Amino acid sequence: MTAMKRIVLEIKGYHLFLRILIALVGAGFCAAIGRFAFGLGATTNLNDTYPWGLWISFDVVTSVPLAAGAFVLGAIVHCFHIKKLEPLVRPAIVTGFLGYSLVCLGLLLDLGQPQRGWHVFAYPNLHSPMFEVALCVMSYTTVALLEFLSPVCEKFGFHLPLRLLRTLELPLIVLGAAIATLHQSTIGTFFLIAVDKLHNLWYVPILPLLFWISAVFTGMCIIIIEAVMVHRYLNQPDETELLATLTRIIPWFLGIYLALKVYALFFLSERPLFDRPVLTALFAIEMVAGIIIPFIMFLQKRIRTDGVLQLRAAGLVVMFGLVLNRFNVSMFGMIQKNQQIYYPSLVESVVTIGIIAAHILFFALIARYFPIFEHHPEGVDYTIPDRFRKIKKSLVSEKA
Amino acid sequence: MSAKRNFSQDRTFLIDTTRCTGCRSCQVACKQWNQMKAEETTFFNGEGYQNPPNLSENTLTAIKFRDYWKYGKNEFAFYKEMCMHCNDPACVSVCPVSAFIKTPEGPVIYDAKRCIGCRFCMVACPFGVPKYQWSKGLPLVVKCSGCYSRVKEGLIPACAKACPTAITYGSRQEMINEANRRLTAHPGKYMSRIYGLEEAGGTSVLYLSMLPFNELGFKKVTQRPLPSLTWAALRFVPAAFITMGGSLAFISWLTNRTERIRKEKELIEAEQASQKEDRP
Repeated sequence: MTAMKRIVLEIKGYHLFLRILIALVGAGFCAAIGRFAFGLGATTNLNDTYPWGLWISFDVVTSVPLAAGAFVLGAIVHCFHIKKLEPLVRPAIVTGFLGYSLVCLGLLLDLGQPQRGWHVFAYPNLHSPMFEVALCVMSYTTVALLEFLSPVCEKFGFHLPLRLLRTLELPLIVLGAAIATLHQSTIGTFFLIAVDKLHNLWYVPILPLLFWISAVFTGMCIIIIEAVMVHRYLNQPDETELLATLTRIIPWFLGIYLALKVYALFFLSERPLFDRPVLTALFAIEMVAGIIIPFIMFLQKRIRTDGVLQLRAAGLVVMFGLVLNRFNVSMFGMIQKNQQIYYPSLVESVVTIGIIAAHILFFALIARYFPIFEHHPEGVDYTIPDRFRKIKKSLVSEKA
Repeated sequence: MSAKRNFSQDRTFLIDTTRCTGCRSCQVACKQWNQMKAEETTFFNGEGYQNPPNLSENTLTAIKFRDYWKYGKNEFAFYKEMCMHCNDPACVSVCPVSAFIKTPEGPVIYDAKRCIGCRFCMVACPFGVPKYQWSKGLPLVVKCSGCYSRVKEGLIPACAKACPTAITYGSRQEMINEANRRLTAHPGKYMSRIYGLEEAGGTSVLYLSMLPFNELGFKKVTQRPLPSLTWAALRFVPAAFITMGGSLAFISWLTNRTERIRKEKELIEAEQASQKEDRP
């Protein structure tokens, strides 16, 4: 049996949903080729009025905070030592790594001259938020790759790199969190230059801070959603109890975010605020459905500890509090009065759908072939080991 | 950016829209000097006689036409749309690969060899000047260079050279003085304001007008230099990195230490317990 045949057979064994995802990824890939063959102008609805469209709004500005789970959970588990959440870390890291890789891919498609990406290193401009984000996203993708290599090494039994990775685990988590803090906030800085373009409802000087806080609570909500999905569709244990720990942290960040947002709106933003009914409605949906309702939900113990309600609250935060917020800032809020309305073209939509499908597909495939749900027993020592010989250190060997 | 240099000697356009006749020789001269392609357009496709309708990848400057009524008669007003060559340009600050440079002579120029095509300059520019080659597979940005190649050689820009009436070109200070002279000499003829003096922190293109500037189609732009807006947040980046990294590292050290001590205690207690058992 040739290798090709084996692959085909393997794919035939997949669930129908996965095969649909493969088709979507294939369609996205073809659309991406079309973008290079025919040019940005012909394949997208971008123009001089809308230099940034769906690809920046979703594939970059929205996807980056959606992939924030890895750094948030890494910090919670390894820095704050809430070790019982350990089983959630690996899937979160996989999500983060996939998310960032796909952000890079989306960015390359959107660039006019992707072959010159290295110019960022050759001609750096320290005053550019884009420079900072490019650097951070590249370094964070590298860090996430290194974190992700652990299950890969375990799968293939590479012991030496595994020991190295275990040693580096904590420094990588700290480094990752620090880098993520920078670029999550700096994506907000992008829009500070768009003064007189971005509507006053969203243009506030503390936008970077708001972006960072919303990335943190979204990271946790994404972990909840991911854990529930994995429980439902990949036959993993129900983690509702573990997630309840997370749901106690989320309202703090939601509360701070809400307070800062209200403060900024009253004291830091320009007037008029409510002169455009559509934008006011979008803002109201974002704040009420995405922040206030989930905030109240997460404050109640009954909802915090109930698997289904947890998921609903987290879903609201992600859908309205984050995705809608990022689109409001990067797309809807930038539309001027009496301007033609931008809507994504077929190619743009197919590429973005392909990227989302790729994320789910690769997650499912990695979960299938790599040990990412392995629950580490309590005895595994994650402190920086003082010797290189053992991966698992029992208490006895530590003493000796 | 902390560009604290003196801009009074920068080469500057003074465009007196009351003297503009709408002949568009500046447009033609610009196309010729920069070897830009012609655009296929239709008349009355938008704002009256204005043609082409907007700046684009092939048009670096355009005369905007505006109809208005004065004493029961239809009148025209014009203004020349072009790069404003800001003192502290947003495009220079946001470009991740330093493709834009504010030259010491004044013009803001663009290095097509560096550009990666991210279009951040287009989002950032308060005047909507940089345009993109949407028709190409690997597109670049296009923008008026203030005819830097001519200015360097001591010539004046092509549009200023071709203009029979409205454009005066010289050092920024001279142009401001000249504008003020005209404003005081003919107070009834002009709005008493120089557009570009304070806009976006000051520009190297100054306009005089008889209509209010917003009616003529000028954008309302903040007086703050735009790069200061992002820099206000961006300057915290090193501090944020060190604070975040440092505090997380410290917290992990602390929590690990607590954990280790707890384990050691348990171990000692267990040993003591086992010794007690052994004794009898």
